Amino acid sequence: MFEPPPLLNYWIVIFLMMTGFYIVIGQRNLIKSVIGLNIFQTSVFLLYITIGKVRGGTAPILQSTGQHNGHTEHTEHLSSGGHGQNHSIAAAELHGDIDPSVPPMVADKWDHGHRVEGHDLEPHVDGVTDVLYSNPLPSVLMLTAIVVGIATTALALALIVRIREQYGTIEEDEILALDRDEDIAFERAAAENAAGSNTAVVTV
Amino acid sequence: MTDHLPILLVIIPMVIAPAIVVINRSSVSRLGSLAGLWVITAIAGYLLMQTAGGNRLRYEIGGWKPPYGIEYVIDPFSAFVSIIVAGVAAIVLTGASQSVTMQIPKSKHTLFYATYLLCTAGLLGMCVTGDLFNVFVFLEISSLSSYALIALGHSRRAALAALQYLIVGTIGATFFLIGIGLLYQMTGTLNMADLADRLPIETGSRTLLVAFAMMTVGLAIKMAVFPVHTWLPNAYSHAPESVTAFMAATSTKVSVYAFIRLTYTIFSGEFAFEILPLDSELMLLALMGVYVASTGAIFQKDIKRVLAYSSIAQVGYMILGISLNRPEGLAAGIAHMMNHGLIKGGLFMAVMAMSLRLGSTRMDDLRGIGRTMPWTAMAMTIGLLGLIGVPLTAGFVTKWMLLTTTLQINAPIIAGLLLVASLLAVIYSWRIVETMFFAEPSARAAAATEAPPVMLGCTWLMIALVIVAGVYPMPAVWATEAAEFLLGQGR
Repeated sequence: MFEPPPLLNYWIVIFLMMTGFYIVIGQRNLIKSVIGLNIFQTSVFLLYITIGKVRGGTAPILQSTGQHNGHTEHTEHLSSGGHGQNHSIAAAELHGDIDPSVPPMVADKWDHGHRVEGHDLEPHVDGVTDVLYSNPLPSVLMLTAIVVGIATTALALALIVRIREQYGTIEEDEILALDRDEDIAFERAAAENAAGSNTAVVTV
Repeated sequence: MTDHLPILLVIIPMVIAPAIVVINRSSVSRLGSLAGLWVITAIAGYLLMQTAGGNRLRYEIGGWKPPYGIEYVIDPFSAFVSIIVAGVAAIVLTGASQSVTMQIPKSKHTLFYATYLLCTAGLLGMCVTGDLFNVFVFLEISSLSSYALIALGHSRRAALAALQYLIVGTIGATFFLIGIGLLYQMTGTLNMADLADRLPIETGSRTLLVAFAMMTVGLAIKMAVFPVHTWLPNAYSHAPESVTAFMAATSTKVSVYAFIRLTYTIFSGEFAFEILPLDSELMLLALMGVYVASTGAIFQKDIKRVLAYSSIAQVGYMILGISLNRPEGLAAGIAHMMNHGLIKGGLFMAVMAMSLRLGSTRMDDLRGIGRTMPWTAMAMTIGLLGLIGVPLTAGFVTKWMLLTTTLQINAPIIAGLLLVASLLAVIYSWRIVETMFFAEPSARAAAATEAPPVMLGCTWLMIALVIVAGVYPMPAVWATEAAEFLLGQGR
């Protein structure tokens, strides 16, 4: 089976992070900077999910009954579905390969991210065998961060719509040039005004 | 009932905000938000009393025991910052009603009040939470609502200023999030007190350094420390005055609070200042910020920009206090959070009154306003004296604390630089005073009348607090208590 090189995820995270960051800094088009910002944020989601992953761990759902019961039920279900007996046993065995309730070797499967263990994982409830779970907390945190990211993007795009309505462009350089022209025109008008009122005083 | 006060501080504005949007009546939303803000100010005041003498209140949300559940922690420091946020939010909104009516379209009133409340809730949440990820969430709540508030400004530049702040601010917040992730990876916990116990501070592993660096840079952007301050002048000067008054007085201070928490509660003073050379670096950045921003303030043509640049300089003073790495210096930095909040709040409220009557905040239009709006101009002058640090004002107390600390650690050069920096503040302040009182009135100023009484009253309430804090330095006392608490909490 294909074994990914160690720390591959972290390299992807860094690559995405720097790509996004570069787009934010390098692009003068407002939409493109917002997309870059999005990529930058997404890389952090991946970082957290990588932190939470335990190699060989399954989805953190409490297995309420022992594994034996689960298997018989499964087999019965399959046989009632009209398959032959041999077939169903083969299916159960095949299923056993990836069955989440089969305890993997707990000790040597810790990911490198978990040298120091916190107080997470492995609920020991009566009647439940030791099951290796992935850490759900980082994923939960990322749900929050994704919501924040969506809100940020939505707000940014709404602001860009307004900028486009009022300036007619979404290129930052052009917008700044328009602002500069406005300033210069304003200064000139103010200066003319002042000069005008001065001459008025003189003539009176 | 009083057990639940810490969470009510956040819940009250957060519940009122959607409620007033649903009701969608301008008058109801104004009264509802004012009532909510004054109630949380009272709660914050009560909590400040409760924490006197280094008392710490813990609130477990939903009854889940920390470190599994989220807890809110009220200690002298968080109570001190919450009273700044809640009090300033309440006073500014009370005084700002005419300004809101004039500057913000009627259809947006309820949304304005709701966003203002959400921003307050986010800032208060950052103060009271004891959970690191919660800090990030509240940071984003307050930031997102402040981007929206800035975009309400009447000129078309407001939207661009808000977008620029959004991009820079999101990068800062994401850096902070990366730092949290690395800390979680090392310890498996997000509770601040638990993190402090579990982090291998002494070994100073690389992950630890990267996490601390990420979080420091992220917060530095939010604090507007010198090289990453560029979002601030545009954001402050294009936002509606009511928003500027609130944000200038609170938002950067809460980020400074989060930074101090990070440094002293989660990591430790030894880690930041002895293992890492953060003291000399911060001192350099702080002093450069003070000088660059004060010099920049002298040449601005709009009074809001003058005060925005001076805000960057004042953040420099807070950072300088922290970087001195002494209890007295930390106390000075913390005290300056409240003192500067009061001064800047008062100043921007005076600007709000002028903008209401003049329809402009340009220095040229402000000429001679001291004749037609004497009370507002007087308030502005006293606020500026506070900014310079003249005795009998709040600004003097903190500058004195900073100065004595620098002399204690035998750094006369820094003391000298501080005094020279005050001269720069004198220059830009004098420019404003001269424009207001000693110039021929501009057409707009000649036609102006004194600000409406409620707005004037709230401005003077802030300014009176500046003087009270200068004569009877309660903020300094509270700040000293908070600094002692931070340094004495184990470790």
